[in-house]
Amino acid sequence: MNNVYQSNHRKIAAILSVIPGFGQFYNRQLLKGTLFFIVAVSFLVAFWDFIDIGIWGIVTLGEQVPRDNSIFLMVYGIISIILLLLAAIFMFINLRDAYKNGQKRDMGQQLNTISGQYRNLIDSGFPYLMLTPGFFLMLFVVILPIIFVLLLAFTNYDLYHTWPAQLSDWVGIDNFANLFTLDVWRETFISVFAWTVIWTFGATTLQIALGIFLAILVNQKDLKGKAIIRTLLILPWAVPAFVSILIFSGMFNESFGAINTVIMDALGIDAIPWMTEALWTRIALIMIQTWLGFPFIFVMVTGVLQAIPNELYEAATVDGASAMQKFKQITFPLIMFSIAPILITQYTFNFNNFNVIYLFNSGGPAMPGQNAGGSDILISWIYNLTMTTQQYGMAAAITMIMSAIVIIIAIWQFRRTRSFQEEDMM
Amino acid sequence: MDMKKTKILRLTGTYFVIAIMAVVIIYPIIWVFGASLTPGTSLSTFSIIPKNPTWEHYKHIFDTDKSLYLVWYWNTLKVCIISMVASVITISLMAYSFSRYRFVGRKNGLQAFLILQMIPNFAALIAIFVLANVTGLVNTHLGLILIYIGGAIPMNTWLMKGYLDSIPKELDESARMDGAGHFRIFWQIVMPLAKPMIAVVAVFSFITPFTDFILAKVLLRQPEQYTLAVGLYELVARQYGSEFTLFAAGSILIAIPIAILFLSLQKYFVSGLTAGGIKG
Repeated sequence: MNNVYQSNHRKIAAILSVIPGFGQFYNRQLLKGTLFFIVAVSFLVAFWDFIDIGIWGIVTLGEQVPRDNSIFLMVYGIISIILLLLAAIFMFINLRDAYKNGQKRDMGQQLNTISGQYRNLIDSGFPYLMLTPGFFLMLFVVILPIIFVLLLAFTNYDLYHTWPAQLSDWVGIDNFANLFTLDVWRETFISVFAWTVIWTFGATTLQIALGIFLAILVNQKDLKGKAIIRTLLILPWAVPAFVSILIFSGMFNESFGAINTVIMDALGIDAIPWMTEALWTRIALIMIQTWLGFPFIFVMVTGVLQAIPNELYEAATVDGASAMQKFKQITFPLIMFSIAPILITQYTFNFNNFNVIYLFNSGGPAMPGQNAGGSDILISWIYNLTMTTQQYGMAAAITMIMSAIVIIIAIWQFRRTRSFQEEDMM
Repeated sequence: MDMKKTKILRLTGTYFVIAIMAVVIIYPIIWVFGASLTPGTSLSTFSIIPKNPTWEHYKHIFDTDKSLYLVWYWNTLKVCIISMVASVITISLMAYSFSRYRFVGRKNGLQAFLILQMIPNFAALIAIFVLANVTGLVNTHLGLILIYIGGAIPMNTWLMKGYLDSIPKELDESARMDGAGHFRIFWQIVMPLAKPMIAVVAVFSFITPFTDFILAKVLLRQPEQYTLAVGLYELVARQYGSEFTLFAAGSILIAIPIAILFLSLQKYFVSGLTAGGIKG
């Protein structure tokens, strides 16, 4: 179809719409125009001062104490930017509406009547109406905090730059630079990072291996009492993890814990300093996480095993395959194929498994020459920097590095799975 | 003869491994139960079967004058149930519009959710701490609930949208022919069919706040506001575990009901998880 416009209403309407509502007035849609106009005016009246202060605040982070609180100003600034974005979306809708209706007039079509406009609004507006509560919640409790951390990483906000005595300032990439150039930070970062990697791979791989091993063991056809064995084996998953971890921290306690006073005693081994020597704390943590994590893998793998058709094994037996060959050629590949995505989430889960580290020994024991404990992983170190030593800027910088790692792994994983590629899913 | 021998050997080996696992799994539970019956506050005279077992610690934690345990229990249930109901409502609404409507911004919205779901919730830890101070939501359950709901949205919306996509659209269309409005189709046609997925989302958004420690620890300062996770941690952490017997009683009273609930619901959300795993 070739559009030959008889007039220029669409352009005039769009230009007039720079003042919201006027394009609609030009299109003789009085009610809609009034609505647009009222929304725009009330936005300006309500938020003009706030946005003014917010933008000034986020640029300068305050100029004099005690009048200005840098962090408040930063939050106002972020909210102002969000408000401006919402205003831009509103402006876009307004211009588009004026242009579209002008175009209809240019082509000599009838515009919707008021009741038509109302019905149109309900039909096309319904999904937005449904999304609104969740959208605003996400905006303020998910997106706003993320932007805040991003910005915080470039400030010197810490115990010594706190309202009312001091202002905080933008410091560029100083936090990142300090992390890699100052000795105490670099050494702590490297040792915490190394332990985080060992922890992630050690604990996760062990729990996966144990889960798969037990699932195969219990899945043997001639084993009696499967139901009760399975219930027993998922018990560690059924008890809330924080309860189990705290119980273990009691059991490993050096003065009254059962591990030293009962088990090691019975085996004739001297008491082991589980809580005061980093190496032993780490070993205990990996054992505990294996205990906590294997039932989940066990359940998943059991599901896969039950779905493998028996004929596969029968055919393999006919061909004279040994039990080992059957496992290597049939069972293991099928398990890996079905639960690979879940396995990757297990690794990322342990990478930031704060609960087990913190509840067991608060990240301790203390280490000389470092500002992190001997069993601290990145996330628990960040927690201590925030809550105990109040080095917010630094904590934010480390958070960014760590989130980047997790997100890269997650994207890599999602690219491999189907849902990312399927057109219809989107 | 040889076949039979290897079979017996194999089964004995299996039962032996399972017996070891059984000890490893059950020993901590028995140990804590023993500790909860040990008189006094210290475990120095501890043996797994206490010499003079006592229920005093259970009485103590049920005595509202001496212990805040019941308050913590109530706080936890309150936070979890409100988060669960609110999450299920918001998530159903969002997933429904993403599944059934084609509107400007839909695709961007879905992609944003996919990315947001990857960002771990601790990434906002510092921000939540500072922002809660700024907005005065520190020490309130409202702040905590809002964060739990917001955190539950991205992942569960994807999960629910996937399920709604599998409900045939012809159903909505025939209802629309019969004159049903937008909300009516959502409420009376689609939601009843989505019950299994609603159950999964409900369980997830109940369990996550229940087992959460870090956010509650960051936000809640007064003992009267604590949830169970924070309260129990403080019981153990305070004075190097000198209240361990009390803690033991408290943890038994959480572990047993939750374990029973979990084991009886297990079948349902394991199937939800596997379905999600195959899809996702």
